Amino acid sequence: MSDNAQHSCFHCGLPVPQGSHYHVVIKGEDRDMCCHGCQAVAQAIVDGGMESFYEHREGPSRRPEDLIPEQLEKFDLYDQEKLQQNFVEVDDANVKTASLILEGITCAACVWLNERHVKALPGVLEFQVNYSTHRARVRWDDSQLQLSDILRAISAIGYIAHPFDTSRQEEIYKKERKLALRRLAVAGLGAMQVMMLAAALYAMDYDVGVDEGMRDFFRWISMFLATPVIFYSAKSFFVTAWRDIKSKQLGMDVPVALAIGGAYSASVYTTIFGGPDVYFDSVCMFAFFLLTSRFLEMGARHRAGQAAEELIRLLPAVATRIKDGNEDIVSVDELSPGDVLLVKPGETVPIDGHVIEGVSSVDESLLTGESMPCLKNIGDELTGGSVNVESPLTMEVDRVGEDTVVSGIVRLLDRAQTEKPSIARLADRVAAWFVFAILLIAAAVAYWWWQHDPAHAFAITLSVLVVTCPCALSLATPVAITAATGTLTRTGLVTTRGHALETLAKATHFVFDKTGTLTQGRLHLADVKTFNSMSKEQALQLAALLESRSEHPVAMVLNKAADKPAALAIDSLISTPGKGVEAVIEGEVYRIGNLPFVSELAGDPQGFEIHSTVTSVGMCRGNQWLAVFELEDEIREQAADVINQLKRSGIKVALLSGDAKEAVSNTAQQLDIEEYLYAKTPQQKLEYIRQLQADGGVVAMVGDGVNDAPVLSGADVSFAMGSGTQLAHASADMVLLSEQLDHLVRGVSMARKTLTIIKQNLGWALGYNLLALPLAASGMIAPWMAALGMSTSSLVVVVNALRLRKN
Amino acid sequence: MSTLYLLIPLAAILVIIAVGLFLWSIKSGQFEDMEGPGFRILMDDDEDLIPDDAKVKKKDSENKESNDTPD
Repeated sequence: MSDNAQHSCFHCGLPVPQGSHYHVVIKGEDRDMCCHGCQAVAQAIVDGGMESFYEHREGPSRRPEDLIPEQLEKFDLYDQEKLQQNFVEVDDANVKTASLILEGITCAACVWLNERHVKALPGVLEFQVNYSTHRARVRWDDSQLQLSDILRAISAIGYIAHPFDTSRQEEIYKKERKLALRRLAVAGLGAMQVMMLAAALYAMDYDVGVDEGMRDFFRWISMFLATPVIFYSAKSFFVTAWRDIKSKQLGMDVPVALAIGGAYSASVYTTIFGGPDVYFDSVCMFAFFLLTSRFLEMGARHRAGQAAEELIRLLPAVATRIKDGNEDIVSVDELSPGDVLLVKPGETVPIDGHVIEGVSSVDESLLTGESMPCLKNIGDELTGGSVNVESPLTMEVDRVGEDTVVSGIVRLLDRAQTEKPSIARLADRVAAWFVFAILLIAAAVAYWWWQHDPAHAFAITLSVLVVTCPCALSLATPVAITAATGTLTRTGLVTTRGHALETLAKATHFVFDKTGTLTQGRLHLADVKTFNSMSKEQALQLAALLESRSEHPVAMVLNKAADKPAALAIDSLISTPGKGVEAVIEGEVYRIGNLPFVSELAGDPQGFEIHSTVTSVGMCRGNQWLAVFELEDEIREQAADVINQLKRSGIKVALLSGDAKEAVSNTAQQLDIEEYLYAKTPQQKLEYIRQLQADGGVVAMVGDGVNDAPVLSGADVSFAMGSGTQLAHASADMVLLSEQLDHLVRGVSMARKTLTIIKQNLGWALGYNLLALPLAASGMIAPWMAALGMSTSSLVVVVNALRLRKN
Repeated sequence: MSTLYLLIPLAAILVIIAVGLFLWSIKSGQFEDMEGPGFRILMDDDEDLIPDDAKVKKKDSENKESNDTPD
């Protein structure tokens, strides 16, 4: 096996660890797998007769282990009638339809694999995946299988599916897109025909032999074709312009509506009563090009919205309520103070309250940033959002709704969000001035020509309005940002707010949270010290045996670290929450747990010092110490590298944590971060960021927990980790789905490149306008030339921005 | 020249038909997924339709190809 050590996993492409024994026979060849998860997924694919997937896919798949969140176990909840009302359509008695978001789709082969796999399930009537949006629509017979069966089947082949509420966003997007496409179709086809006729009309100007009847006939047909373009396709410009005028603002659409409306009316007048020129071609072309750029922009906006929606899980907070001895699952909204709830191990505490029965450890890391679970006894406070780790707890509800701790944090978040500096608003104000200037210049030009050459005054004013159309200017920023966010999304950095990239490019400070951000957020075995001639392997095997029935995070780490549990028979086993486990094996008493618990039996340990930065777990047999395991929250692989690179690019780095001093300073030292703050509440964290901002800094914050949410919101630009809480996702501007910290550095360099492109674009657009304006004002540009020039200018801007899509 | 009086309206009618078709295709959802259908036809669902003697040959060449895929 040793020569295989550097092989990559056939399924996910990650290196296969040394001595790995996972493999699957695919198309007659034995393929190495890196882990149990990949093996299971690959086996499911082979068993389903879908090996061809591996030939068609374009790159390695996602490692299934990474994408199994805790909700995998909660699929059953989606079967509840009450919950299904939100997202399921019932066609007739048993046939139901739902929309799903599919995660993990990377290429067309993934779509094929999912469709084949799900369609093969008995009871699935229809399953279709949209490759562009990663959404799927499933129709199934509820009497044959449940929705949770479908979701589970999808996770068996390595993808994650969760239903979503289409009424919220998807339907609106679909309608918007269809309307925009219809307008585009009418404008495009109309413009083509009108332009063809216009070419003939221009030719007639030079040919005296053509009779007026033919010219008028061409004009009438042009009008007939242009009318739907104006009244259907260009309607939106008039509507927005009217809204702007009513609210006494000047938007981009005001000059656009003025130019289109004016040129069309003048052309209609000329057609009916006769005159020198019609501008139907210019109007249609102008409307078509504008609609095209708006359509592209809309597509980008939708994609960003969809990315944001993927983060929202429909699964509501539910609680198990005990009433008259019966357990029943209710929504958290229905709870009232005094209700008695059961919280099983692994479940999230749904609401604030206190323990009335049971003892267990509770993980509050998402709320406080503290990485170790803390012990809860009868009477102790429980905070909604923390996770019960060890054994069942019965709790009584104390506070609901607005009064809970999490609600308090949400309120803080709302405030931070409204106080956020908005670059977008500034851009709007600049645009308003620009439009005002255009209208002023157009009016001046019209007045001057009216005095000197009334016959050409209209055509020239029209040219000025069209040529100075702020199209390229308004496209300059959104197109560049769209191209850049598209590229970043493909690498796993999702942008949920438009301004994020612009701000990121200017960031002067990067502030990191510790637990779950710079560290993995889970413990790993750092060191094993053994006593009394016990080998490390033996110690681990024994520990794994003792902890084999425990769900505590420490136990999980020890179980994973051992290759197999020791082959001994346990006579009896007692678990004491918050302390450890005591077992009797072959007549001898063993203990594993925290040091005081073990010392009770074995006396104070000799010959080793206790580090406060690590979690120590002791193990003894009778009064004999056997081993001490040191566990710590592992720092992410790329963390040191990323911080180094950020510093080198001139960004100051700080560490901000709710965790205790030793743990924070230790991490800061390892990562070479000079500035660190520990034991901070969300409020204090926010104040720190405000201080940096007051000193002129542009702060980027990276975090993952509920406690980070207000800070994420208060920072100029913020990142949430993909595994973080929903609240963190909602408050962050970007989400690091890939969990790879080095993508932050890539994000920064991409943001800076984007800013350069935006500056180039703005420079070009302004330069073009300044150059074209005098030419148009002096009457050297015909309206159709102006329309062409305007669209070429927009095209240059778009093509320049598309350079960001490479790599 | 006078034939233009017939041909131009004819062209206009054709445009109206084209717009109608376009609107119909938008309504029937043909523009909802612009990427997927192109790939869909490339996926082989016909493994079991290939005669056995032809299959052996194909498998060899496929294996060679699939060796290159994971990187």
